Amino acid sequence: MDPVLLARIQFAVTVGFHFIFPPLTIGMGWLIFYFMNRYKKTKDEFIKGIARFWIKIFALTFAVGVATGIVLEFQFGTNWAAYSRFVGDIFGAPLAAEGIFAFFLESTFVGVLIWGWKRFSARTLWFASLMVAVGATLSAFWIIVANSWMQTPTGYEVVGGRAELTDFWAAVFNPSTLPRYLHTIDACLITGAFFMMGISAWYLIKQKHVEFARRSLKVSLVAGFIAAALQLPLGHYHAVQVAQTQPEKLAAFEGLFETQKEAPLLIFGIPDAEERTVHAAVKVPGLLSFLVGFDTQTEVKGLNDYPEDEWPPLGLTFYSFHLMFILGLYFIGLTALGLFMLWRKKLFSSRFFMTLAFLSLPLPLIANELGWIAAEVGRQPWIVYRLLKTSEAISVTVPAGQILASLIMFSAIYLLLGALWVFLLRREVKKGPEVAS
Amino acid sequence: MTGLQITWFLLIGLLLTVYAILDGFDLGLGFWHLFAKKDRERRTMIRAVGPVWDGNEVWLLTGGGAIFAAFPPVYATVFSGFYLALMLLLLALIFRAVSVEFHSKVESARWRTAWDYAFSVGSSLAALLFGVALGNLLRGLPLDAQGNFQGSFFTLLNPYALLIGATGFFMLITHGALYVSLKTGGELETRARGWAKTAWYFYLGLFVLASVITIAAMPGLLDNYRHSPILFGIPVLALLFIVLMGICIIKGNPRRAFLFSALSIVGLMSTAGASLFPRLVPALGAPELSLTAFNSSSSELTLTTMLILALCGMPLVIAYTVWAHKKFAYKINPGELEG
Repeated sequence: MDPVLLARIQFAVTVGFHFIFPPLTIGMGWLIFYFMNRYKKTKDEFIKGIARFWIKIFALTFAVGVATGIVLEFQFGTNWAAYSRFVGDIFGAPLAAEGIFAFFLESTFVGVLIWGWKRFSARTLWFASLMVAVGATLSAFWIIVANSWMQTPTGYEVVGGRAELTDFWAAVFNPSTLPRYLHTIDACLITGAFFMMGISAWYLIKQKHVEFARRSLKVSLVAGFIAAALQLPLGHYHAVQVAQTQPEKLAAFEGLFETQKEAPLLIFGIPDAEERTVHAAVKVPGLLSFLVGFDTQTEVKGLNDYPEDEWPPLGLTFYSFHLMFILGLYFIGLTALGLFMLWRKKLFSSRFFMTLAFLSLPLPLIANELGWIAAEVGRQPWIVYRLLKTSEAISVTVPAGQILASLIMFSAIYLLLGALWVFLLRREVKKGPEVAS
Repeated sequence: MTGLQITWFLLIGLLLTVYAILDGFDLGLGFWHLFAKKDRERRTMIRAVGPVWDGNEVWLLTGGGAIFAAFPPVYATVFSGFYLALMLLLLALIFRAVSVEFHSKVESARWRTAWDYAFSVGSSLAALLFGVALGNLLRGLPLDAQGNFQGSFFTLLNPYALLIGATGFFMLITHGALYVSLKTGGELETRARGWAKTAWYFYLGLFVLASVITIAAMPGLLDNYRHSPILFGIPVLALLFIVLMGICIIKGNPRRAFLFSALSIVGLMSTAGASLFPRLVPALGAPELSLTAFNSSSSELTLTTMLILALCGMPLVIAYTVWAHKKFAYKINPGELEG
């Protein structure tokens, strides 16, 4: 078997599985901080109960996130040694910075927040919840820095077969860092909010812990709406950046073959790389040009301008981008509907909304995965955009058989961990919060 | 530039040493976990590492990141060369990590037993593998001109590396047993003192044996010592700390014994560092192919930037780490197990 393909599958499996958890803990971290902050101000035992319940859910999720995250710190070296040698001068620093500025903070204060309720003052616990949220959010920053540099490398020169740093801040704030960071953090907030909303909705369907569920639902609904609505300008900001810095990726997102003015925005369709067209396309004429440059006369680059062996895999990039986009619109719709019903005082009695909210719980997780697939597959065949090809980046010393073995091992462990996480989550939710209701 | 390279050699040594001291006690505790008699005792032991193990492990992650950033070829060579061993280590660390959180979640004997094993086997395996990895680095790896590892998984299982692995293993489980005796009371504390004593004899014996064999059979590791004999002070101090630690164990002063245990870890890591310097990965049989702090470092700008980041960030990290460890340094009473 092809070791490059195996190494790629293993990377996709390990990152894809890990990426379920950090967005949840980042989003929930801020919501927990909200409740801890309310508790600090009101000293209300009921709110303390709400916070403690969500901290329990958080702790389960955090544990799996940490366990699967360890793999990633090692995997560049184990499977991508040629890549590591080429980019280490630049790529290692954000990983180390993540440890120094984020992991230590998060882990130390997670310990306090989970295990410290009998020993620490309310103020310290409040502070710990803030540090957990800040730490998780900072950690995402350095990871996005590292990944964005692979998308749009700046601040380096290639010397003697490796990329050498010439300007640290130019490498950190490369053209895609900020748009991607804001887009991702907002997605994390949506994810955390929908998770809390879904579990609360389940209690309301079952008519259990009603007061607890109403308060949690209200907070997560408002947070979810704000985050989902914000994703429109933030997603747009990111897409414009892709158009400017990685035009063939945008062309793959949109199934655009011919470079043109008045380029249409595709709502959906079936891209066909062979015939260089999109079948059954539903499109809005001129909108893509308008979105990219605020003018329908903006020229948007099509795939035909680029050699075919430098195109990203079309189907995967196109579908994941569009499904993510449609899910993003759905998140705005659902939360807007919820807010409207809250205003008309019909929300908590609506079984329809609660069912919908419960069923929507995993959708942001799926949207996150799709966004990540669109971003990473859309960068192929490059591992570092226009600098190093993925096929040239692996560890030449690791035989395919060993990668296959580790791939099977990780797949089995992750299936088990995923099943255990869902099992324990269900138990914890069924047990319910320890608050008077 | 040379100064920067030496600084980063030392800083990475420091990161890994702190890692060995901090995660060392919870890995070591993990080994003894199955020796605890009742479910209640085992829950107490997990409770003893619960709040701190994750922060401890970050020293490893940061160490890994720092090696990647400061010495990319070392990161690439060692991690791809140790492929299967590292996959085994990851397996161990994953199960150990989740078992701390999952263990007490279900009131079922079978569930608990399964996680007891996951925690203990995972911790023990990790404690052993770190030492074997260090032993292999000391012995040297077969490398080609591109710095690629030329052996197999079984190359790594050579007698010298296994000896260093065993020494490291007993070092960590002695350390862990002392931690248990500090964190618990009653019967468990008494038993933990016994564990520490037993493990300490092996630690001392293996340290002496490893020193003798290194002097007799690994002349390359003594170059620095012959060049500056003052360096011999380091292993002598390490031995002194081990002996003092033993005296404290026998006299029944676990707090001081734990301190000497930590110092002995510093001594051992420094001994290894002084043998290797400036090499990070000696090439077996071909010294000119060795990866050193001078031929394998990142650029001057990267090393400088990283140093600034570390100087900005680490004081704060150390401050709140010390704070958290102090706050959590109390004996766990049985009532504490709930909630």
